[in-house]
Amino acid sequence: MAYDKFDILTSTAVPLPIENVDTDQIIPARFLKATERKGFGDNLFRDWRYNSDDTPKEDFVLNNPKYSGKILIGGKNFGSGSSREHAAWSVYDYGFRCVVSSFFADIFRNNCLNVGVLPVQVSAEFLEKIFAAIEADANSQLEIDLPKQTITLKATGESESFDINSYKKENMLNGYDDIDYLTKMKSEIQEFAAKRPF
Amino acid sequence: MSKTLFDKVWDSHVIRNIENGPDVFFIDRHFIHEVTSPVAFLGLKSRGNTVLYPERTFATADHNTPTINQHLPVEDPLSANQLKALEENAAEWGISHWGLGHKKNGIVHVVGPENGITLPGATIVCGDSHTSTHGAFGAIAFGIGTSEVEMVLSTQCIMQPKPKKMRINVNGELGFGVTPKDVALYIISKLTTSGATGYFVEYAGDVFRNMTMEGRMTVCNLSIEMGARGGMIAPDEKTYEYIQGKPLAPKGEAWDAAMTYWETLKTDDDAVFDKELTFNGADIEPMITYGTNPGMGMGITNNIPNADAVEGGVATYKKSLGYMDFSEGDSMIGKKVDFVFLGSCTNGRIEDFRAFASIVKGKKKADNITAWLVPGSHEVEDLIKEEGLLDIITEAGFTLREPGCSACLAMNADKIPAGKLAVSTSNRNFEGRQGPGSRTLLASPLVAAATAVTGVVTDPRTLLS
Repeated sequence: MAYDKFDILTSTAVPLPIENVDTDQIIPARFLKATERKGFGDNLFRDWRYNSDDTPKEDFVLNNPKYSGKILIGGKNFGSGSSREHAAWSVYDYGFRCVVSSFFADIFRNNCLNVGVLPVQVSAEFLEKIFAAIEADANSQLEIDLPKQTITLKATGESESFDINSYKKENMLNGYDDIDYLTKMKSEIQEFAAKRPF
Repeated sequence: MSKTLFDKVWDSHVIRNIENGPDVFFIDRHFIHEVTSPVAFLGLKSRGNTVLYPERTFATADHNTPTINQHLPVEDPLSANQLKALEENAAEWGISHWGLGHKKNGIVHVVGPENGITLPGATIVCGDSHTSTHGAFGAIAFGIGTSEVEMVLSTQCIMQPKPKKMRINVNGELGFGVTPKDVALYIISKLTTSGATGYFVEYAGDVFRNMTMEGRMTVCNLSIEMGARGGMIAPDEKTYEYIQGKPLAPKGEAWDAAMTYWETLKTDDDAVFDKELTFNGADIEPMITYGTNPGMGMGITNNIPNADAVEGGVATYKKSLGYMDFSEGDSMIGKKVDFVFLGSCTNGRIEDFRAFASIVKGKKKADNITAWLVPGSHEVEDLIKEEGLLDIITEAGFTLREPGCSACLAMNADKIPAGKLAVSTSNRNFEGRQGPGSRTLLASPLVAAATAVTGVVTDPRTLLS
């Protein structure tokens, strides 16, 4: 599925300073029953966001009007657990284009890259600085510069570089995905498959 | 150059290496289920692609399926719709489909090995993180997202950077009442849920060599819970014995050729791992978790550690204990339990039911316990009956349900109610995993059985003779 190209993103951010946020929290299993990819943003962090009677939990950050933006800041080991791509869909569908953490679970990171959400891994120190800056001023702007691979706190100019392999970077910059690449090498794949013993 | 088992299998499946990018990685076997495949088929169609090798994909329904009255129409319209989508997609593209009611139906990671689809040296993926289970056979097996499901359907490849390599050795002998589940929960408690992120694990040492294939599957299944993409164990005589004669396993000359290849599938003596850890099997107790991730586990006779004694953020730790309604220093033993769940791709195999039956034999289910005993497949269900285990558990006051993922992730009606405490043989104790507000203690089938007959968390060694 095509996604919007990613270049430079400047936005306020939503802080979620909790570690080991698993994909069951990002989107609980009972909301995985759709056969189409739509409406997942409504159930992002469903059980942290809403009471069992569907009223909003006032103390959850997504229900706090102070915080908004296209960047989600999470604690260490973000996205662990289930491989459900629905977690990345719900993050994207809610309106986030970037998730920042000091450590990502593998499958979630991979799923994000495949659906157009940029995972930005920063040092634990820089993550603390971001949380502190947002706590001090909820309107703090962050700039994510994909071409330069940097993340910057606009108010202070403090910056850190982040890793992304050049193949995935090119994809994100152009809104391409892996299937576009793979379908072009079909005959090479068929040649390979013919030699497999099973 | 010397290679690890993982190198040998990985490298032989790379079609193209992209500089400073992923490998184009060929997939031998692809499992699909009803939850993570419908959007992949939609994507395939919208791009005008076709399924390149339908014979390499195997569909089974498991996540949404009811575990009682499977002969009746599925009540939940959304679940029914996903099951129908799987059936229709499989039919449209000529993919084998073991749907609800089919005699081979069951949890994808149980039926794959049972039918000889899982083979040493193969690459296996599924839109399910517990695909790591199949690594027990010396396969490279891991979970993927739905975008990748579409890639495999249309090109039989995914694009993956090669993970780093870790070897986990557990030597010596396991103590009385200590099962493969305990070995895995012990390792995860030492590594935390992110300790193996970025790695692919090979399990080595006496403890794994001495394990049955069922036990090895339990261990490899839980690799993802320490953050690893997957885990694998070199194939040996036990592996070959398990596979030989399975319906879809190679036969005749193909078997001989496969064996010649499989016997090369071991780590060379001087191969190097990026990280190597060694544990002593004798140090492992029956394990139980007390928090909201599988890394928050301890020996069952221990007490919940203080926040300052654990790695990581104090706030997250306290939030977790708050959710569980436990306090630092609490003992798990003696805590009153409401539900016991035996099943899942982690512990839903025949050996797990044998273990459960060995404890409940001649005893009675405690009145305060609701027990859900869910076989991983119809084949497991049949064996439970053939081996006389059904009689034992029935006499003890338990009933057997029909196969499926069930309360492991509570997508069907098998939901643990809010606030209730469950001892579960499944794989995740995340907040609300087994139903909104549910509280889960992960443990082995022996701990589950001991708890089911006493009504409180119980060390199974006190009931075993």
